Amino acid sequence: MIQVFRSASLEAVRKLPDLLAMLLAICWLSIGAYAAQLNVPATLPAGSGLSIPTSGRGHATLYLVGPGTAIKRQVQLGQNIEISPDDLKNAGRYVISLDGGSATFFVTAAAVSSITFLARPSRVPAETPNVIFGTVFVFDKYHNLVLQPAHVKFDVSSNGASVTRTEITKNGVAFVKLDSSKKEGPAQFIASSGNASMRRVVQEVASDPCSIRMSAQPDKNGILVQTDPIHDCAGNPVPDGTIVTFTLTDAKGKSTVDARIKRGVAEAQLPSSDGATISVASGVVVGNEIQWRER
Amino acid sequence: MKRALPIALLVLTLVLIAMATIQPREDNSAKSPDGAVRALFQHIQARDYKGAYSYVANPGDADEQAFVSDLAGRDGSLRTYAALERIDTKVLHANDNQALVRATLEYATAVGSVYDTRDLQVVKKQGRWKVDWPVLKEAKVPPQVIKENYLRWDVITRGSDDDWGAQNVEAPRVRIVSMNAISRANNTVIVGEIENEDTVPGFVSVGATLVGKDGNVLGEETSFDKISHTLLPKEISPFRIDFPNVPLSTVKSVRMQPNSMLVPASADPVIGALHQQLATDSRGRRILQGDLINESGNVVNIPHVLATYYDNAGKVIWVSDGYVEQALLPQTPVPFAVDLPTDLASKVQNYRVTVNQYMLNPQE
Repeated sequence: MIQVFRSASLEAVRKLPDLLAMLLAICWLSIGAYAAQLNVPATLPAGSGLSIPTSGRGHATLYLVGPGTAIKRQVQLGQNIEISPDDLKNAGRYVISLDGGSATFFVTAAAVSSITFLARPSRVPAETPNVIFGTVFVFDKYHNLVLQPAHVKFDVSSNGASVTRTEITKNGVAFVKLDSSKKEGPAQFIASSGNASMRRVVQEVASDPCSIRMSAQPDKNGILVQTDPIHDCAGNPVPDGTIVTFTLTDAKGKSTVDARIKRGVAEAQLPSSDGATISVASGVVVGNEIQWRER
Repeated sequence: MKRALPIALLVLTLVLIAMATIQPREDNSAKSPDGAVRALFQHIQARDYKGAYSYVANPGDADEQAFVSDLAGRDGSLRTYAALERIDTKVLHANDNQALVRATLEYATAVGSVYDTRDLQVVKKQGRWKVDWPVLKEAKVPPQVIKENYLRWDVITRGSDDDWGAQNVEAPRVRIVSMNAISRANNTVIVGEIENEDTVPGFVSVGATLVGKDGNVLGEETSFDKISHTLLPKEISPFRIDFPNVPLSTVKSVRMQPNSMLVPASADPVIGALHQQLATDSRGRRILQGDLINESGNVVNIPHVLATYYDNAGKVIWVSDGYVEQALLPQTPVPFAVDLPTDLASKVQNYRVTVNQYMLNPQE
């Protein structure tokens, strides 16, 4: 038993320098940990650099972890640690760690630099309330969604008339519902915030014909039937290409021609027939009837 | 003796070659009225138009070029892409010098079999039966300028470098305005109409899924060519979807899938359907017949007629279609006929004809 105790004491004496060295290292680390108390702001805008003062001596390892960022770097204690703007361009929560000490901070989006504009639908009937939808997402120059409120101006102009509305973004999004104008045609729908601006085209189109009136006259190939200019109930010309069906009914049967509106009117040639009834329709709208008499 | 076998083989070979080369004399088939008609069409089948023309009894009236055009087609019509596959002849009545022969011809085309029935007068001339070929008096349009205001839609679609918010122009709004599931023999047939309610043209198709009483899918089909695929604004097309060997009694519900796509399109040509009327053809079948007229200045190569039949409540009860074998020349009427099931004919109160078209060189 005594023998065992003696040998253990001898062993401890022999390792004394090592123990002293270990103790010294612990002291140094304690001093280092104290020196690594990080002084960082709670928030800072994206793309701005960061300078973190440190105290103490020697080298330490810096870790910076954030959205899309992971940095490990050897730094000199006692000097300022410089984080470049490029390392802090993604908005979100960052954790910085220096030799055991750590801190968190948030990078927020910078000023509005660009917008993404969704305009729906691409075609709307003219003179209809709350039919044009515009949604804007605001971004800074690093493509971070700007969550701070920002003013967004929506402007719809068509045929010289313009409607403007300003909305404030909420969580980076601004939304608007606008009426279509009375006149058909392509409406320029522009959204802007700060220097950023985006244009979309919304086609405002006429509705169904309000009424159809046709006339008939003899032609070298039979009967030429032609409508008056066809408008919707707001006075807009019905789009070219819309089908207008002319029907002639006589003893030989029924003759139909699906004509297209071109330059506002539709026309067709029907076979000549004395006593025939000619009618015209487009969709659910029926026009006048003509009893045809050969001269 | 050694040379006998080679000589015999040589003689046999020559005989076989001669048998294969020498065609039977035409006169054999021209000994009967239906033989003459059959022989004429057999030459057509072999595209030997000169040989076929030798069976024409009235070469003075029937011009050879017109005869060939009539049988081989022209102007890129469906007949130009067809091959005569089957010939059936039947003598309707005959005496010693003349006869009436019905020829039922089946052509194979890209759009399926096309049938042509002709009642031909056959006369006996110098002991041979020949066909009195009907002379077609085709209306000739005098040279002229036809003024056209071409209307066309083009589409600018979203580019690959556009931002994600850039909207594409939306597909046209289409709606199935009527739909009817009917039973035909052991088949289920879905008929109806689809309308382009929008102000832009669309390429449309209609699909249907039959769901059985146990909730299982019995079949999925599309309208294929029983629809006019390109619909201009406010245009209505009929559609028909056939489900062979699916009895309607096993169907619990039908799911319809109208699809539309924005496509560039032209508003021309305008084709009129004139003198439409229900009639009975020479074989006793109910048909809807009339004339098509191309009111534009271009040639329409392959017209496709779709007929919608309505009952007294305005419900679609049948949709039939047919391809016209002749091309539509400007301002020139061309007859058409589409069939109507005999059992439905009595229920038909109204009908509507729409014309779809295919052009080889559309001048858009």
